[in-house]
Amino acid sequence: MKNKTEVIVVGGGPAGISAAVTIARAGKNVVLIERGSFSGSKNMFGGAIYTQPTKELFPNFEESAPLERKTVIHKYVMCTEDESVSVAYSAKEEKSNSYSVIRSKFDRWMAQEAQKEGVVLVTETLVKELIVKENKVVGVKTELEEYFADIVIIADGVNSLLAKQIGLRKEIKPKDVALGVKEVIKLNKEKIEERFNLADAEGAIYEIFGGPMLGMLGLGYVYTNKETVSIGLGICLETLAKEKIKPYELLDKIKSHPSFAPLIKDGELVEYSAHLIPEGGYKKVPKLHSDGVMVVGDSAMLVNNLHWEGTNLAMISGKLAGETAIVALDKNDFSANTLALYQKKMENSFVIKDLKSYKSLMDIVHGRAKSYLQYYPHKIAGFFKMFTAVDSVPKRNKYHAFIKSIFTDRSISELFKDAVGFIRIIFGVLR
Amino acid sequence: MTQNEETGEKILQNIDDKLFKVKYVPDEEAHLAPDEAQCLLCDSKVCTYICPAHVYEWDEENKKLIVGYENCLECGACRIACEKKCIKWEYPKGTKGVTFKNG
Repeated sequence: MKNKTEVIVVGGGPAGISAAVTIARAGKNVVLIERGSFSGSKNMFGGAIYTQPTKELFPNFEESAPLERKTVIHKYVMCTEDESVSVAYSAKEEKSNSYSVIRSKFDRWMAQEAQKEGVVLVTETLVKELIVKENKVVGVKTELEEYFADIVIIADGVNSLLAKQIGLRKEIKPKDVALGVKEVIKLNKEKIEERFNLADAEGAIYEIFGGPMLGMLGLGYVYTNKETVSIGLGICLETLAKEKIKPYELLDKIKSHPSFAPLIKDGELVEYSAHLIPEGGYKKVPKLHSDGVMVVGDSAMLVNNLHWEGTNLAMISGKLAGETAIVALDKNDFSANTLALYQKKMENSFVIKDLKSYKSLMDIVHGRAKSYLQYYPHKIAGFFKMFTAVDSVPKRNKYHAFIKSIFTDRSISELFKDAVGFIRIIFGVLR
Repeated sequence: MTQNEETGEKILQNIDDKLFKVKYVPDEEAHLAPDEAQCLLCDSKVCTYICPAHVYEWDEENKKLIVGYENCLECGACRIACEKKCIKWEYPKGTKGVTFKNG
């Protein structure tokens, strides 16, 4: 048959590349179709990639991949409108758990590595729809042609119009995605290292709670790159719609918050970008396979939002789908029955196990956003304000007033609900 | 350009300044097509504020949604948030649309 290969992977991001390279390494024919002019050109994240999962796909990536900075500082910053309380974990070790990267450089590198190992990469090509015959996915239709394959792997990202086409995914609800916006700001290397307390090639990640997003389901971040700083946020789309706020205005407020403005002072805007993040968690992960098809990465809503994991879940899901494709090709059986092996591999891996652990998290946090992300940040900042103030008021009086305020600012029943929600989250994870 | 009141620093830009830094290859054809009849009935006009590229603006005089699709960052927020679910939303053609260099 003309235009026929063994596997077509739609989408040249981390999930698609990982699937394709795994298949190519087994000597099978695989075509990777990317709509952008190169891998990473349509992608955006914070962000950082994690060392261990990346090594599972590219064992020596640290030698040649375009990495920005090795993460040595993780800082968690809880903000009110003009105050902040922060905790930083710093480990200046030789080996790092993560590296900041720029998607358009890193994904492009991964795709090039995959090409070296036999993946056929086709760029600037948009897959319009899947070709389905007798309920089996048998190929893809691009703007120009039809291409056929024994297996199609869907890695077209968070919007996944393809998974939707074949009914594997339902329409996403605004509650189940976050909108991410980011600015990349140019600063010289010395300034970055001085302002973030870093040595050469070391990097920092700041996670920002509250601030302009007090009471909202959103988080901000700062990442250091070689000669730029990425500052951005992710906020639940439903929250944004309800509060009637523009995402870039929130970002401007983070940029001008007294805790962050000095970090980017005199910097020059290099690029502004936006992307959706699937945040529905375990309950929104669809069935991962059907006849002739598997779904990986963001297309399968694989994001662990509490731990800021997504790229790693994409890569591991791609790898497991790739391994399954190899088994199916060897058996010459592309039925849902055989491809169910992918589902099984996923359920046995940390990917689905972790998502399952946090399956109630978003429901609980959606219900308690105002308290967890507004009342308590204020209260915690209030405690430090009281604790650090030297004002000739006896300390015992101040402590008593603070403790009393916990029970007068907020009704006992609300406090009880906050505690129950918190315990449910902890219990959900640990049991 | 907005100025930081205390320091006078130029740290904030309006959305046009932000979008000015983004690389696009615009298509002649729009890849975003809201159903105008539905837009007339829409109360929230949610697309006009959730869109990170401010693609949509409501023209009150002509009762029409103006769609600046050339600025689209291809995120999909409008498609999901639209209360009438009436935006025909496609990706731009393979050679068109946004190219992130620092995503």
